[in-house]
Amino acid sequence: MTSKYETHEHDVLIIGAGGAGLRAAIEALAQGARVGVVCKSLLGKAHTVMAEGGLAAAMANVDRADDWRTHFRDTMRGGKLLNNWRMAQLHAQEAPDRVRELEQWGALFDRTPTGDIMQRAFGGHTFKRLCHVGDRTGLEMIRTLQDRGVALGFDVFMECTVTKLLKDGDRVAGAFAYWRESGRFVTFKAKTIVIATGGIGKSWSVTSNSWECTGDGMALAYEAGAELLDMEFVQFHPTGMVWPPGVRGILVTEAVRGEGGILRNKNGERFMEKYDPKRMELSTRDVVARSIYTEVREGRGTPHGGAFLDISHKPPEYVKRKLPSMYHQFKELADVDITKTPMEVGPTCHYVMGGIRVEAETGASSVPGLFAAGEAAAGLHGANRLGGNSLSDLLVFGRRAGFAAAEQAKKTAMPTLDASQIESAEREVLAPFERSDSENPYAIHHDLQETMQNLVGIFRNDEDLRRALVELEKLKERAACVHVEGSRLYNPGWHLSRDLHNMLIVSEAATLAALARQESRGAHSRLDFPKTDEVVWGKKNNVIVKKGDRMTLFEVPLREMPEELKQILAEDK
Amino acid sequence: MADVTLRIFRGNREGGKPVDYQVPLTPGMVVLDAIHSVQAHQAPDLAVRWNCKAAKCGSCSAEVNGRPRLMCKTRMDSLPLDQPITVYPMKSFPIIKDLATDVSWNYKINKKIPPFQPRPGVEWKMYQRDVDRVQEFRKCIECFLCQDVCHVLRDHHEGDRFAGPRFFVRTAGLEMHPLDGVSRIPLLKEQLGIGFCNITKCCTEVCPEEIHITDNAIIPLKERVVDEFYDPLTMLFRKMRGK
Repeated sequence: MTSKYETHEHDVLIIGAGGAGLRAAIEALAQGARVGVVCKSLLGKAHTVMAEGGLAAAMANVDRADDWRTHFRDTMRGGKLLNNWRMAQLHAQEAPDRVRELEQWGALFDRTPTGDIMQRAFGGHTFKRLCHVGDRTGLEMIRTLQDRGVALGFDVFMECTVTKLLKDGDRVAGAFAYWRESGRFVTFKAKTIVIATGGIGKSWSVTSNSWECTGDGMALAYEAGAELLDMEFVQFHPTGMVWPPGVRGILVTEAVRGEGGILRNKNGERFMEKYDPKRMELSTRDVVARSIYTEVREGRGTPHGGAFLDISHKPPEYVKRKLPSMYHQFKELADVDITKTPMEVGPTCHYVMGGIRVEAETGASSVPGLFAAGEAAAGLHGANRLGGNSLSDLLVFGRRAGFAAAEQAKKTAMPTLDASQIESAEREVLAPFERSDSENPYAIHHDLQETMQNLVGIFRNDEDLRRALVELEKLKERAACVHVEGSRLYNPGWHLSRDLHNMLIVSEAATLAALARQESRGAHSRLDFPKTDEVVWGKKNNVIVKKGDRMTLFEVPLREMPEELKQILAEDK
Repeated sequence: MADVTLRIFRGNREGGKPVDYQVPLTPGMVVLDAIHSVQAHQAPDLAVRWNCKAAKCGSCSAEVNGRPRLMCKTRMDSLPLDQPITVYPMKSFPIIKDLATDVSWNYKINKKIPPFQPRPGVEWKMYQRDVDRVQEFRKCIECFLCQDVCHVLRDHHEGDRFAGPRFFVRTAGLEMHPLDGVSRIPLLKEQLGIGFCNITKCCTEVCPEEIHITDNAIIPLKERVVDEFYDPLTMLFRKMRGK
């Protein structure tokens, strides 16, 4: 039946090879599973390499008073208490072990004078908590995990894009994919699947995200019947580059502020004194992003519409040592020497706190056999993520999802693939070649990015969000007629036509959830509902699910927190 | 601002030719921006690899005006704009299509290198001065530009016997790791072919991470190979032990 296509069979199939996917693969291998990893890019290029500032874990190497309780409290407060408290607890408790494990696999973090892993300050963290390697922590992490996985022996399918999850009754049975290189199709059969495909930032025009971040995993899971949680919470990182135009949105690590960087407006005022006098530049990302945005909107922005971020008061050698890639990035791309001159920065779409709704312990979604971890999953970060909590999230929950997926695979027989599902997946993907006289996908992508940037950005209101939904309907219609030129051989236009499908799903989910939440909390700021509403909205999450052909939204109450965690939250340090 | 001409190689395994595209120049534009503009407006099927667009992932390697570069890091205004800017795929690897090449050989070589293995019973303490030189090697973003420019691979096609600069950098990072307990010196000599390198430093010149590949990785490794295999005392000792 499947002989028409190349087919591969694994116990556990992992979609995505960033930090979460690789950590899940390593754990599933350790449990004796046969593991396949499918990724859109070459191995080692996933967006995790872009993580700069560090990995949050209460190791207490620098600040002895740190412990998991404080990390838990910081994470919950940063997330404005909308977080899944059990995930926040597991994350804080397990992150130090996950860091030590990386070191035992060969990672080389910066050191303290006593020979331990160095930790730096970051926004919203009470103590110096971020283990780091200069400003290239993500690269160190992905290379370490990649080497470990290769040594243990997983099958890697590079430059291979999954377009559909296949099901056997209620449970997942495999995936349908194409090779980017040849355009040929391939099917994967697996007892369990872990989605670790990262974020959705490519739907906004000013973004720190790469072409890969098109919400594939969330869209795949949604179409397979899984639930999406907290999609209204999209993090705009306060500091992206704003000039020149080609680099607009590229990330400027929070480590600049962690190492003492100061934000000023065009009048030279240190404006964070107004917005968060206690934490200043090291306030949480939602607050700093809104502050910069407000300064610009009220006419106090820099020549290119941002704020000045200055680290030039530190010795040049120190800056080059602790922030080497920032130094090079500005010197080469913007002609700015950051050891002498301030940088111009502004908010950039960076991360989505929302994603596939999963169980805290296992990463299991509501679809049997389907798991998720990392940015593709939701819960840990609530309404706003703290810097450094993403890399630790990938490790803690990547491992948990890999473990649970392997355990479940042991108890499960190999499913069968359904030929009719495969045929319809193929038809869907090939359709853009068969049309003519319609638009190319780049134009539609451009308009989608403008829509999301202008109408579903940092500040939102009812009117904009309703308009966004209307625009998204039009974009869906245009995308349904998209035309692709050329052959199936390494054709980025064709690839984008499929990515568009996913971007439109996650964009609609983000907009619907943002419209529903009539309050401001964390990264979600409503101009028409500026207050945080603890009575109604502080007690529930928005969930998005596919009903028939329609995207529908329902609310779920937050689970009651156990007494001991409540006590930790109540303590003030 | 004015238009510039980009002369991009279009083709696949069967052959191809350069095609000219006019692109409007914008301030601070890099070559990858220009390629994206061509994709969006003129040639939607133009194949190119890229990810981070910030010189951190090493995906967008190509030969710009004949020089191996990361396209995301190559400013248009650093090139002569009165003549066409040529953009070709990396020459040392088989072409797939347009600017995308088949770099899978690198991943095969990488598998030959035994991973980090701590010495039994080590205490997990390391000092900055001990990790500094290894951290230099770990900056590598695997853009494979050093592999592309290395004449042992580019002109002599010794890929079966020679691992190339990238993997000497990786091996150096493991050999010089303060807590590693494995020796990769015989492997370097026998399988990775470090002896083929005659230290012309082309790799160092093109490295976008400014890793001193030749001076800090290859030469010290060559010295270790010499110490292990050609030192008269060691050779005598080896003979006596019958190895």
